[in-house]
Amino acid sequence: MAKTEIKLTVNGEEVAGTVEPRTLLIHFLREQLNLTGAHIGCETSHCGACTVDLNGKSVKSCTVFAVQADGGELLTVEGLAQGGELHPLQAAFAEDHGLQCGFCTPGMLIRAQRLLRENPDPSEAEIRWGISGNLCRCTGYQNIVKAIRNAAQVMRQKEAAE
Amino acid sequence: MSETQTETQAETQTETQTATTAEREAALGGIGCDKRRKEDARFIRGQGNFVDDIKMPKMVFGDFVRSPHAHARIKSIDKEKALAVPGVIAVLTADDLRPLNLHWMPTLAGDRQAVLADEKVHFQNQEVAFVIAEDRYAASDGIQLVEVDYEELPVLIDPKKALDDDAPILREDVKDKDEVGQGPRRHPNHIFNWQSGDKDATDKAFDGAAVTVKEEMFYQRVHPSPLETCGCVASMDAVSGRLTLYGTFQAPHVVRTVVSLISGLAESNIRVVSPDVGGGFGNKVGPYPGYVCSVVGSIVLGRPVKWIESRIDNISTTAFARDYHMSCELAADKDGRITGLRANVLADHGAFNSHAQPMKWPAGFFNIVTGSYDIPTAHVTVDGVYTNKAPGGVAYRCSFRVTEAAYLIERMLDVLAQKLGIDKAEIRLRNFIKAEQFPYQSCLGWEYDSGDYTTALKQAMKAVGYEELRKEQAEKRARGELMGIGIATFTEIVGAGPSRNCDILGIKMFESCEIRVHPTGSAIARIGTKSTGQGHETTYAQIIASEIGIPSDLITVEEGDTDVGPYGLGTYGSRSTPVGAAAAARAGRKIRDKARKIAAHMLEVSESDLEWDVDRFTVKGVPDLSAAMKDIAMAAYSNLPEGLEHGLEVVDYYDPPNMTYPFGAYICVVDIDRHTGEISVRKFYALDDCGTRINPMIIEGQVHGGLTEAFAIAMGQEIVFDEIGNVLGASLLDYFLPTAVETPHWETDHTVTPSPHHPIGAKGVGESPNVGGVPAFSNAVVDAFAHLDVTHMPMPHTAWRVWQTCHDLGIDK
Ligand code: FES
Ligand code: FES
Repeated sequence: MAKTEIKLTVNGEEVAGTVEPRTLLIHFLREQLNLTGAHIGCETSHCGACTVDLNGKSVKSCTVFAVQADGGELLTVEGLAQGGELHPLQAAFAEDHGLQCGFCTPGMLIRAQRLLRENPDPSEAEIRWGISGNLCRCTGYQNIVKAIRNAAQVMRQKEAAE
Repeated sequence: MSETQTETQAETQTETQTATTAEREAALGGIGCDKRRKEDARFIRGQGNFVDDIKMPKMVFGDFVRSPHAHARIKSIDKEKALAVPGVIAVLTADDLRPLNLHWMPTLAGDRQAVLADEKVHFQNQEVAFVIAEDRYAASDGIQLVEVDYEELPVLIDPKKALDDDAPILREDVKDKDEVGQGPRRHPNHIFNWQSGDKDATDKAFDGAAVTVKEEMFYQRVHPSPLETCGCVASMDAVSGRLTLYGTFQAPHVVRTVVSLISGLAESNIRVVSPDVGGGFGNKVGPYPGYVCSVVGSIVLGRPVKWIESRIDNISTTAFARDYHMSCELAADKDGRITGLRANVLADHGAFNSHAQPMKWPAGFFNIVTGSYDIPTAHVTVDGVYTNKAPGGVAYRCSFRVTEAAYLIERMLDVLAQKLGIDKAEIRLRNFIKAEQFPYQSCLGWEYDSGDYTTALKQAMKAVGYEELRKEQAEKRARGELMGIGIATFTEIVGAGPSRNCDILGIKMFESCEIRVHPTGSAIARIGTKSTGQGHETTYAQIIASEIGIPSDLITVEEGDTDVGPYGLGTYGSRSTPVGAAAAARAGRKIRDKARKIAAHMLEVSESDLEWDVDRFTVKGVPDLSAAMKDIAMAAYSNLPEGLEHGLEVVDYYDPPNMTYPFGAYICVVDIDRHTGEISVRKFYALDDCGTRINPMIIEGQVHGGLTEAFAIAMGQEIVFDEIGNVLGASLLDYFLPTAVETPHWETDHTVTPSPHHPIGAKGVGESPNVGGVPAFSNAVVDAFAHLDVTHMPMPHTAWRVWQTCHDLGIDK
């Protein structure tokens, strides 16, 4: 099958690759770029394990073609920590026991960071709604919600201090 | 010095001693603290290593051609077009595996299962051919072009018709056998008949009973659906003749044995590795055709072969759970004291008997069905049958068939209460096994280790304000509103198990732990289980820390690599804590025994002069004279008494003397909209007693997760088939996995009744919330209709079904 060249920014770095038109973004990330943080739980856009941030929006990368990301700006879980320092969400997930098997975690974290950018002070109901595209089979969500609330608070305090 | 002064001094000294002891204890991070998890560091960075993350040079990708039919004869398979697809390397069928005798594989239940369909397909989506290609896209192109010609056969979907004289015979390969691994059978579609209890005594109890109740209940077919599906990478090194098999295995050592048995390779030439596993819940215990085909592919091609299930493959082919058609009767006196129980079950096992239970237990531990109640006589029968459905019958977040049993007895208690007009909490209090009756011998043969059910239920009732809730319910009923209160006071049986009655393929269900203490005072421990999210790297380290006095932060825990750890039977049936943690504690004690000898040598006293104090041995009566574990570790390699071997390492194989019996008291409150059938869970309170608590934070997390899975099962999960065997809804569009929006808020609580026979008194908790949660939800829903003489409603309680009940009762307008 004919291949296409794509160029995009992933976690702040310019990358290029050659893909088939049908190559899914998740496969491009995992198999060509070796970014295996985002996972595949369904390939039908239900579970959210593959969630990444594309051009300022949460997307399920199992239902985006790699060519659609051409020229785009992408953030994955691997790009969350900055300068060796964990993102407040990462720290809160560990502190509040917001993960068990860890399979949903990368997608959950990337989704949560977008949610908090859109709404820095979400209520519990808003958080639950905001992560409803991401399934977790282990935690029952309660500690994930708690972690996101706590991270939001830390982030607001940081913001205020700056 | 006056007497008073001496006393004061002594007191001060004890105080400082206590303070430092507490400090040293805190520094250990041992049993009982909310230690944050070691494994999280990699997961929150996206650095976990799951099987699909594995990449190897020259690795290829395999996937299945699957049957569209539930029952059909294969007339021909044409691979030509598929093999012409660029990137497709090979297409394997049963005929290719036959010369190797690998077209069938043994199941853990003594039956056999087709690896690739041999002449016939027995369920929809059964594996027919394995296409191996350079990448997953080419494999999927190839799959489209494999042409299979089928002749459709009559389909058997309803297990109640399986034993009819004119039922189609499904398993022609075993049709003449009078048993298929689990005792005598009476029809070609019959798998086993299993009984427990005393039939005559039970009949007698019913004959003389003041009151009897009977209910038919169907515990629907569901699927564990961990977020990560099953998969593997098989890599045969043609030069060394060594096979490495990475995969989503809850029991890697057993997989190695199975692979050896079916491939003929020596176990020493097989390395099985479970990397990080994205949830198991029973889905990842048994062997699947994908593993066998990948291994064969790798042997034939000399290249690593990866196979990863899609979600639809996962739900429709590997490891369903439940599918029990149950009928139950209780006999009782006029006060509701149960005098007898009778249960008959028809178990739909699908096309092959591939359930994963200890081998002597075709119906698992279903005879825990007398639950938390002092029932003097009971009789239980379970018949397993074949149907044209996917094989399985695994323990989905429960110990073998315990959830079916707990659901049945907890529902039946409510049915009896309603018949007699007794409160549903009261009927439980009247029938509970009393605290002073432990150890308790159940009439179906189990010895319950410990429990205090009355205290647990009373604590739960108080916490939720039970009396007020019942008052509110009465007021609402008077206004025509629907409110339900569901109680479940379940007892589990976990930790398989004692070698006298638990084995898999003849291998006893022990667990193992190896500990090596390094010279500078840190340690590594290896256990035969495998965490699939339970946090073993943290909790085992906590247990060992408390036993050997080395901080848990300095104890590395490894599991899941058969080249590295000692043989163990794996993680399922909540056995890691009852069996694995026991091995860890005992290994720790063996380390301490040797450490005591070394300490005696260091301090130049006799061993009997020493006492253990958190992280050191001190000389009795001379607390200042002590040898810390850190120094003992160095001495083990540098300064030994004569006659002692160097090093500080042990292995312990633990054969549990009994199962453990965790229990709980759950109360659920629901409000139901009679116009739409929608249920809202107002409150869910879960009190769990899992004995000694190793890490309360992790326990709570386990309870949240288990309750959420219980919620899913009770409220929405069901794998349905149409009459010709099509799976209706095997994608996440149809199969219910709750999101954060539907999932209720959980309130957790606990009592602590340690297990008397477990080295640290722990019982296991991961599955309790699922076992107790399902009947709590179901009881709440039915309770909302109890005043309208409804005694049972089938799960799952979807809005549509509940509305149907409202409609039939004429209350939906
Ligand atoms: S893998 Fe993309 S949503 Fe499930
Ligand atoms: S932690 Fe396992 S799926 Fe979320």
